Amino acid sequence: MESVASPQNSALRKTPLNALHRSLGAKMVNFGGWDMPVEYPSSGGLLAEHKAVRNSVGLFDVSHMGDIRIHTAQRQGGALDAVQHITMNDASKLAIGQAQYSAMLYPEGTFVDDVIVHRLGDDDYLLVINAGTREKDINWVQMNTQSFDCTVADLSDSYTQLAIQGPRAADVLKKLTDVNLDGVKNYWFTHGTVCGLRNILIARTGYTGEDGFEIYVPSDPGTSESVWNKVVDVGKEFGIVPCGLGARNTLRLESKMALYEHEISDKINVWEAGLERYCKMEKGEFIGRTELAKARARGVSRTLVGLEMVDRGIARDGYRCLNENGDAIGYVTSGSPSPTLGKNIALTYVPPAMSAIGTPVYIEIRSQKCKAQVVATPFYKRPRKAIAS
Amino acid sequence: MSYPTQFRYTKEHEWIDAKGGIATIGITDYAQHELGDVVFVELPAVGSSLITGKTFSSVESVKAVSEIYAPASGQVTEANSTLQNTPESINSDPHGAGWLVKVKLANPAELNSLMDAAAYEAYIEEKKKEASA
Repeated sequence: MESVASPQNSALRKTPLNALHRSLGAKMVNFGGWDMPVEYPSSGGLLAEHKAVRNSVGLFDVSHMGDIRIHTAQRQGGALDAVQHITMNDASKLAIGQAQYSAMLYPEGTFVDDVIVHRLGDDDYLLVINAGTREKDINWVQMNTQSFDCTVADLSDSYTQLAIQGPRAADVLKKLTDVNLDGVKNYWFTHGTVCGLRNILIARTGYTGEDGFEIYVPSDPGTSESVWNKVVDVGKEFGIVPCGLGARNTLRLESKMALYEHEISDKINVWEAGLERYCKMEKGEFIGRTELAKARARGVSRTLVGLEMVDRGIARDGYRCLNENGDAIGYVTSGSPSPTLGKNIALTYVPPAMSAIGTPVYIEIRSQKCKAQVVATPFYKRPRKAIAS
Repeated sequence: MSYPTQFRYTKEHEWIDAKGGIATIGITDYAQHELGDVVFVELPAVGSSLITGKTFSSVESVKAVSEIYAPASGQVTEANSTLQNTPESINSDPHGAGWLVKVKLANPAELNSLMDAAAYEAYIEEKKKEASA
């Protein structure tokens, strides 16, 4: 078989926890130029990690992601205007302590990157961006905010970002902070003391479809390792395991969360990607708005749908999709076994006429045509508990 | 896990166990560990031909498809159909219950050029050193 071993590669970028992951025996992989853990045999591997997040709690190092702060010291200033100009969601609706899923668009209405916008203060915003697009995004932000009176700072290397994800995530984090986590709702955040470190950003955000938190701690390796180890230590009681990018991908795919260069890219627009809910045309001007209005009037020629394999076989990223007549209609954007569902699932773009649930779509798997069908998404939705009084 | 001394091994981490003119083929413990949890296996039909060095099967983990190369030439006499429902036996018992195919060897002498257990163990030690260098 082909070798899948990943030798040490000094050309790859490393997070502050790289040595720790290697000491845990993690299988490492090159992700967007970063040397990252894909799974931990000591956790039981990808399937066990995925299951842990769905059933209890898992811990991810996501420090490879980037952070851009756009701010002024004013109560009302150029930072909000700048953020509004470069993103498609309406940041003016954010209260201090609130975050929103958004995206930066090209003038064509296609994606520079997706982003989570956090309102840190009166006129102070933090954009958390993808690892693979760090430089592109920073250049884009700097270039397109020049005419606004605000400061842009690349804080990407300042933080070790840890994601604690799963139904028991709050139980774990409660042991490490005095912050009232029950008061932090989904897509809200706060600052507080974590592991004795003061003023740590604690956000109720994540990329798994479960409840969870992302914490941003100082990026020196000593502090980073200490926090990681404390989280694992208090999390043992709840079955916490370190989780890698493999489980991160299967978790987000089941929850139909987009991955840049897959479901969203510089060739795909907001309507095609089905992200209209996060695009507030009514807020006023933003980069991409003019083309989006035209595209909306034209209608889409392709739309993102979920597939479930009917025949044996796993549809994977990049595999060709065909209609019943054997005509090529597109490619799988993301495809994988779904550990939670026990089925093989995929996302792909199809002509709108083929988007009805139950429509057959054929996937070319190593020159065999294997049948799949369109299904509703997200493939998985976490159970919502009633709020205990 | 120790590597059975009666097997022969390839650089691509296949093992082959010949008894008379019939050989059983699988992937090694090192290979299954590198792959992670196996979720899907594609096997050739009984009667089809294996050609040395050419792919004859694929073993899939969640993240990747791995092509399996024929360590020797021959005709498939049996394919391990239990792998359809329990592909994970490749992980739990790669040298036993996780076997892939049995073949009638075209040329049993081909196996002489493959590594024995000691040579294979040395080979993977080198690989492990490279990985952590």
